[in-house]
Amino acid sequence: MSATLASTAPVALAPRSRLHLVLRSGVFLTGAGIVVFWLFCALFGPSVVPLDPYADDLMNTLAPPSAAHWFGTDQLGRDIFSRVIVGARPILSVAPLATLIATVLGTSLGLLTGYFGGVIDLVLGRLIEVLLALPLIIVALVALVALGPSSSTVIAVIGLIFTPLIARTVRAAVLSERSLDYVAAAELRGEGALHIMFVEILPNVLPAVLVETTVRLGYAIFTVASLSFLGFGIQPPSADWGLAIAENYGMLTGGYWWTAAFAAGATASLVVGVNLVADGVAGAFR
Amino acid sequence: MKPARLLVRRLGAGLVTLLLLSIAIFAGAQLLPGDVGRAILGPLADPDAVASLNHQLGTDRPPLVMYADWISHFVTGDMGQSYAFRSPVIPFVATALANSLKLAAVAFVIVVPLSIGAGVYAASRAGRWQDRVISIAGLSLTIVPEFVSSIVLILIVGVWLRWLPISAATRPGTGALEQLRHLILPALPLVLVLFGYIARMARAGTLQALDADYTRTAVLKGLPRRTVITRHVLRNALLPTITVIASQLGSMIGGLVVVEALFRYQGIGSLILNAARVKDFPMLEAGILTVGAVYVLATLIADALYTVLDPRLRAGMA
Repeated sequence: MSATLASTAPVALAPRSRLHLVLRSGVFLTGAGIVVFWLFCALFGPSVVPLDPYADDLMNTLAPPSAAHWFGTDQLGRDIFSRVIVGARPILSVAPLATLIATVLGTSLGLLTGYFGGVIDLVLGRLIEVLLALPLIIVALVALVALGPSSSTVIAVIGLIFTPLIARTVRAAVLSERSLDYVAAAELRGEGALHIMFVEILPNVLPAVLVETTVRLGYAIFTVASLSFLGFGIQPPSADWGLAIAENYGMLTGGYWWTAAFAAGATASLVVGVNLVADGVAGAFR
Repeated sequence: MKPARLLVRRLGAGLVTLLLLSIAIFAGAQLLPGDVGRAILGPLADPDAVASLNHQLGTDRPPLVMYADWISHFVTGDMGQSYAFRSPVIPFVATALANSLKLAAVAFVIVVPLSIGAGVYAASRAGRWQDRVISIAGLSLTIVPEFVSSIVLILIVGVWLRWLPISAATRPGTGALEQLRHLILPALPLVLVLFGYIARMARAGTLQALDADYTRTAVLKGLPRRTVITRHVLRNALLPTITVIASQLGSMIGGLVVVEALFRYQGIGSLILNAARVKDFPMLEAGILTVGAVYVLATLIADALYTVLDPRLRAGMA
């Protein structure tokens, strides 16, 4: 019997060949290249930019791109190239932290509800249904009006909103592990529920957690950027891209395209990069 | 289960969702810091005036009484008085909802045929470069925030090519066709966000249907390719897509908040945003609960459509 089972079950790849598969994918590498570039800007941006991103130059406002100002200057004469580079930092600290909170809480909640089932499972199911009846951005908006917009409240709010969504995915993965022999064996050995959930089951659902986390990171960037654009996210005078677009999009029709276009391009490239990485990671575990 | 009973059950679940939602919204609004009377009258106002305004607005009562009062009026169509405009909320919500539905309709009319066509085409080219391009482009566009794609679209289509008007707002008395023209550019960012997801579902459905035994039977009994595709493949492939399209309405309304703000359009999204900015709670609560109701309704309609279109469910076999 075990022979027939082994031949029909999909061949599990060793972790190293999975890594190989990911690294060979052109889509993943393109995405990773973009993300690494912006990570570099977020970490070292302030020390590598050619000009002070916060310095006004009122004699030189709204200057088009030139050799002195590669991306031109904004209404206050600030160098847009420098602002786009350092603008990677706020979004790349807020969105990953929110995703981290959601992953830790969501994975724990998913393990609990998947392993125990019962009342918590029902409550979580209902909660997700209510949450999904509203666009995430509106839920976040109301929470941020209540708490007052700031980077830390945005991290907390997005982290908490994404928690049940990650929990749902982890729960589904746990359910399919729950009935396997190793869980029964651990129960017979007399292991505690916490040990079974976090030591036995968790390593087996980690691929699902990893895929979900990379996908969620993309949505976290989407949501944080949109909230900043609406004025409920990262606050001025940060060089955040969403803020920069909110401050300048009104001038697009006046011909000052560079004031918003480069921040828009930066945001788009970052989310697409993260998404390509997520696609590559998901592809390797499919 | 009989389809009618299934729909009644779904309706019940939808109502429970709305009830929980109303409690959550109300609790959220109560959590909002600051005193309502103070917020309206400003920091320099006399404390007695603030207290009397709070009494007049009813915001000095216990939360449970306020919720009961609010929800019992809400279900009869009285959504309360706006703090900011000092007049009933309902005309504002009704106008905004009608405007948003217009914009959403334009987006849907563009996105549904486009994404289903792309999904079916990708499935017919499965594994080849066309399939890969559609999948990756769709996946990437889905994740680009609406305000970012709006900037690009405004620049290219509105400013440089001058094909479409940039503002969604039109003067009163503008003809329907001209109004429609003003809605195309604001609808496009919503189209881009929805495109990838619907296309992916249509592609997956088509692949599954192409692989099914009934398709092989249809081909082997010599039906023309066109008949196989339209009668056997598409009909089965597009069923799950309908449900997805309805479920996307929720995220679409989220996009409306951003798009309506950007294109200065008086819809439900900008109503919610403005109410949140000035802390006009009755307006905020009414707007959000309306959005929730629209979503629950859309899900119900999708379920009903699914039942009508799927003969297996219609016969009560599933």
